[in-house]
Amino acid sequence: MALSHDEVLAGLAEIVNEETGIDTASVLAEKSFTNDLDIDSISMMTIVVNCEDKFGVKIPDEEVKSLLTVGDAVNFIVAAQG
Amino acid sequence: MAHAQLKQFETVRYSRIYALGAARGDQVVTNDEVAGPIDSSDEWIRQRTGIITRRRAGKDQSLMDMAVAASTEAIQKAGIEPREIGAVIFSTISHPYQTPSAATLLAELIGANPAPAFDISAACAGYCYGIAQADAMVRSGLAKYVLVVGGEKLTDYIDPADRSISFLLGDGAGAAVVGPSDIPGISPTVWGSDGSKWGAVSMTGSLLDFRDGETSWPTLRQDGQSVFRWAVWQMAKVAQEALDAAGVTANDLSALVTHQANMRIIDEMVKTLKLPATVVVARDIADTGNTSAASVPLAMHRLLAEHQVESGGLALEIGFGAGLAFAAQVVVLP
Repeated sequence: MALSHDEVLAGLAEIVNEETGIDTASVLAEKSFTNDLDIDSISMMTIVVNCEDKFGVKIPDEEVKSLLTVGDAVNFIVAAQG
Repeated sequence: MAHAQLKQFETVRYSRIYALGAARGDQVVTNDEVAGPIDSSDEWIRQRTGIITRRRAGKDQSLMDMAVAASTEAIQKAGIEPREIGAVIFSTISHPYQTPSAATLLAELIGANPAPAFDISAACAGYCYGIAQADAMVRSGLAKYVLVVGGEKLTDYIDPADRSISFLLGDGAGAAVVGPSDIPGISPTVWGSDGSKWGAVSMTGSLLDFRDGETSWPTLRQDGQSVFRWAVWQMAKVAQEALDAAGVTANDLSALVTHQANMRIIDEMVKTLKLPATVVVARDIADTGNTSAASVPLAMHRLLAEHQVESGGLALEIGFGAGLAFAAQVVVLP
């Protein structure tokens, strides 16, 4: 069953926390991965791959560059769940 | 009339690596020295790549100088004479001539003339491609001893202002002598390529573009994010396939020797493969940098030289890079 927006956000926050140590409470929809959360490109790829595993979706390389904020990623994952 | 029966090569059951040789660039280049043109810092480079210093060849040290030094060491340690070498395979992307090959000159310089000699272009996978070919050549009877060299002077093809790959790169050469063995010493190689990602690690232009004034001197570039993803998760699968093909598990390994592309790729691969803590992980990149085809033999040579691993143990070696191309095999450490 497809997860809700809030459930995906919570799951993504856990993945971000695991990779970077950033508090899950700081992983908010409006936050920019690079500017606000200071996540570099390599960590971003690790997060993307872990999201694919966790949510059972495909996030192509060319999509990753357009996922600028946490909200962008959540929206993409929710839509990709179908 | 009955046809005469042909002779074919007598096959040999097993092969192994007899010995390794290594040579690194003669200059130690710090992060501070490369940080300026890319508007970066020592801390940023260490954090993102794990590189503290890299070894680069100065103007007077050529690719061939390093290849001769590494090859001579490997042949001496193997306990054979150079003239016994039955083939020379030189993997390089930085030999500055379209033709003739680097391998024929190397064979001449080390005393292996008239051994058959040829170059291969498989970038960071090239040494493992070479070991695969040497293994097949020895076991088929085509050659008794094969010299495999991975060597690069990549600094001839870098742009100091490039933030994608140039600051990672170093220069060096690693060599191995492969020959017949009483016991299995090189597992079946798992290898392949993915030309759909041909541009993921590439040059800024072709030599024809340069001739026609359409580009400056071609230098190396990469799409770091895509390559990182492929290198960690696809290559972890290839590494596991190589273990399966060898009939061993990660618990049987003494060492993991990956292409030294980036410390974070190595760290992620160790995590993904769930390697036990007993496996020594080669981390030569920290002070050698990424030397493409040379990185696997340099890293393995170092583990042996520093007695971090013992001769006779098993090492999983995996090369991956431009092409994209990859190869992995389990070998008995010489």
